[in-house]
Amino acid sequence: MKESTGTGATAEPAIRVEGIKVRQPSTGRTLLSEVSFEVAAGESVAIVGESGSGKSLTVRAMLGLLPQGLEATGQVRIAGERVDDDPRARRRQRGGVVSLLMQDPFTLLNPLRRAGRQIADGLPKGADAAVEVPRLLAEVGLPANVAGRYPFQLSGGMRQRIGLAAALAGGPRVLVADEPTTALDATTQREVLSLIRRVQRERDMAFVLITHDLRLAFSTCDRVMVMYAGRVMETGSAAAVRHEQFHPYTRALLAAEPPADRRLAVIPSVPGAVPAHDAAAGRCGFADRCSLAVPECRTGVPEPRPVRVSGNVREGRLSACLRAAELPAPPAPEPGVVSRPPVAAEPVLEVRDLRRWFAGSPHPALAGVSLTVAPGEVVGVVGESGSGKTTLARCVAGLERPDGGAILLGGADCSDYGRMGRAAVRQARRISQMIFQDPYSTLNPARTVGATLREALWADGRPAGPDDLARLLESVGLARDMAGMRPAGLSGGERQRVAIARAVAGEPRLLICDEPVSALDVSVQAQVLGLLAELRERLSMAMLFITHDLAVVRQIADRLYVLESGTCVETGLADRVLDAPEHPYTRTLLASVPDGSGDWLD
Amino acid sequence: MAGRDRGLFLLRRFAGTVVVVALLSVGMFGLLYLAPGSVQQTLLGTRPATLETIAAIQARYHLDEPLPAQYLRWLGGVLHGDLGTSVRTGMPVADMIGQRLPLTLALVGYGALLALLVGVPLGVVGALRRGRAADRLVVTAGVVGLSAPPFAVGLLLLVVFAAGLGWFPVYGTGEGLADQAWHLTLPAVALAVGAVGMFVRFSRAALIRELDQDYVVFARARGLSGAAVIGYALRNSLVPILTAAGLIVTGMLAGTVLVEVTFALPGLGSLLVDSVTFKDVPAVQALGLLFTLLIVAVNLLVDIGYSVADPRVRFGGRTS
Repeated sequence: MKESTGTGATAEPAIRVEGIKVRQPSTGRTLLSEVSFEVAAGESVAIVGESGSGKSLTVRAMLGLLPQGLEATGQVRIAGERVDDDPRARRRQRGGVVSLLMQDPFTLLNPLRRAGRQIADGLPKGADAAVEVPRLLAEVGLPANVAGRYPFQLSGGMRQRIGLAAALAGGPRVLVADEPTTALDATTQREVLSLIRRVQRERDMAFVLITHDLRLAFSTCDRVMVMYAGRVMETGSAAAVRHEQFHPYTRALLAAEPPADRRLAVIPSVPGAVPAHDAAAGRCGFADRCSLAVPECRTGVPEPRPVRVSGNVREGRLSACLRAAELPAPPAPEPGVVSRPPVAAEPVLEVRDLRRWFAGSPHPALAGVSLTVAPGEVVGVVGESGSGKTTLARCVAGLERPDGGAILLGGADCSDYGRMGRAAVRQARRISQMIFQDPYSTLNPARTVGATLREALWADGRPAGPDDLARLLESVGLARDMAGMRPAGLSGGERQRVAIARAVAGEPRLLICDEPVSALDVSVQAQVLGLLAELRERLSMAMLFITHDLAVVRQIADRLYVLESGTCVETGLADRVLDAPEHPYTRTLLASVPDGSGDWLD
Repeated sequence: MAGRDRGLFLLRRFAGTVVVVALLSVGMFGLLYLAPGSVQQTLLGTRPATLETIAAIQARYHLDEPLPAQYLRWLGGVLHGDLGTSVRTGMPVADMIGQRLPLTLALVGYGALLALLVGVPLGVVGALRRGRAADRLVVTAGVVGLSAPPFAVGLLLLVVFAAGLGWFPVYGTGEGLADQAWHLTLPAVALAVGAVGMFVRFSRAALIRELDQDYVVFARARGLSGAAVIGYALRNSLVPILTAAGLIVTGMLAGTVLVEVTFALPGLGSLLVDSVTFKDVPAVQALGLLFTLLIVAVNLLVDIGYSVADPRVRFGGRTS
């Protein structure tokens, strides 16, 4: 207002953040530091990073919405007004100037208030809710009668649209969206993102998107900013960064995202994990995982600086790599390999006409699904939520009783675990084991890793001495001294490795994997996929691989079954199904995979 | 659609309640037979056992009939308001209860209201000032209240406020509304002290949990006023607070037994104590049934409260 004298209102960026630092005073830890960026009016910027990169904390600090116990310093100007030292200005700006859309559509709405009234709560004073609420609902593509519904009566995609309408109710000039589509299905994700981008352009809002998915960022935003271990690594326009990366971390992140259009022999993954901000103090946070690191990388923190290649400054590009200008050209994309042909052998798993109908549900979860898995074969089952893929996995593992149909494991009937004898159940468990989606709830928090694995070895009648334990841990890429730790001390990727070790302790012939990598960061996902591929070779184990992610399934599956609403709509060799899909639903799924191009959302 | 859903919901809950009451009435009737000595002996009480009186009791209670018929006859009587005759006073039990019920209900209502008006706001203050001095004070006060038995609190109150300071009467019920309220204040406070602790705990914990939810952050982020945001969270804390209220009211019904004796109030609690002391089985039976009914009614009200507070209960939706 008063300070924007010289430059004029138009030149003032919508957001200017300078030197933000977030600390936790009770522990003395610093979680992120020296984060600076600008977003011009009407511009869209994506902040990209894995968990622990500080991307969410950055915007929470910018908006003054940090969780309890955290403190931020640094300058924040929103719409030309300095707000970091002025809580009242912040409160005044919320809703009308800047608004936030959050990640999880299932928790972001008040469960006890009708959708329309929640939207109306955010309207500016004096606005007529009877006019404005239907208008906002129409803007996010929902009919007016949705206003009378409670959140629990709406699907995830609809809830996120209500969230968007509520975030827009105050008419903000800046919209921040924190992973707004991560919890949604692929096809819904594309719809919601395309909606957000359309609304952003129509309203000419500045837009900040937080995401872990670099390709999604390229497709959605004008500019991207990559963060790692609480610092900015690289900034540039989406098209330019997509074309050429000036930081090894950005390259690694991009390489770790599996492509949907071809199968790689090996998914490039960087060993190690994202360090805590303080663990990388006084040096480049990525140096320990970087193959290009030189001693100077460890003697000081590299600042994001303009990139100068052979004397020319690259417009709008910043990189925090000391060697930004001299990075070797990235290797050409790996050519694809062909998935394995099916083996003609007695199947290890045969499912015939499996049916399951949950009480109170309008549709069957499984309406007669048949499939086979040959020994050593990886069979992918893909579909969105509600397709029945998880119910299928749970039936095969005996966690759910099918209403009809048959499940044969190694030729033995395992349709109803409740009616099988102890010995038969034991035999079935030796043939098949399961790993689950959520690494945070899959392990008993009260038991050490060693106790969990020892139990798995005993259950299979194997020796469980310290050496056996160490061998098992090493087989999944974990150090032997991890046996004494409890799950709370492990990262998501480490927990999932322990879960895999627990499942393969008895060297089962079939591993049922229910979305085993969808809760993991891309770089960890690449590591775990690599581990699964390696275990498959070593133990000649078959897999039933349940996933919603076509790019992931492309990397690991030999054959595919595509499920839609409990029926199998397409099946065949993975390459054939993904290169030449026959069913329209498969084509829709394929189109929903972000490809990084600017016109993906159009 | 919504109206029918609610009707169905209420019907289901009501049917369940009827079944519970029917089962409990069998238990209450069984008291007559579980009491030591013969049934005639029990019904005679302290009266002299002449042949005539025994014959009269045989005829009055149809003791020669089979047990289910006796039960149905008793139940029929109960349904018509005939709860039997007190062994101790010879009065109809229904009349005795009728005289004393209003006092006990007033006492419980007063106590619950006091506890609610003090406990919930304290819990809210604790949640909003989490971890600070005010919060610690509230939590400590809650624990002290919870651990104090009502009769001990009653005695303490009597000593300090009635005998010592003379602000309140030592015993009696008073005449007229204001005077009665004045007489009931100390007993109601004695009942409420523990309940305040419960309300503080439940409401504080529930509100703290809700304040951490995404929808609260989202509401703040899109510029809702502080009051509106707290309103969101409070509304969502209602179900645990209702649960606490149900537990508290039923607990208070039991607590009246001690408090009424401490303050010499002629309510159901003191009637129960007298009846038990005199082995007045018909009165104990009737009181037991009445307390059961009251507790069941409180639970039914809480269930209905849930459905009002949370549409997911009403529509049978899944709480995802």
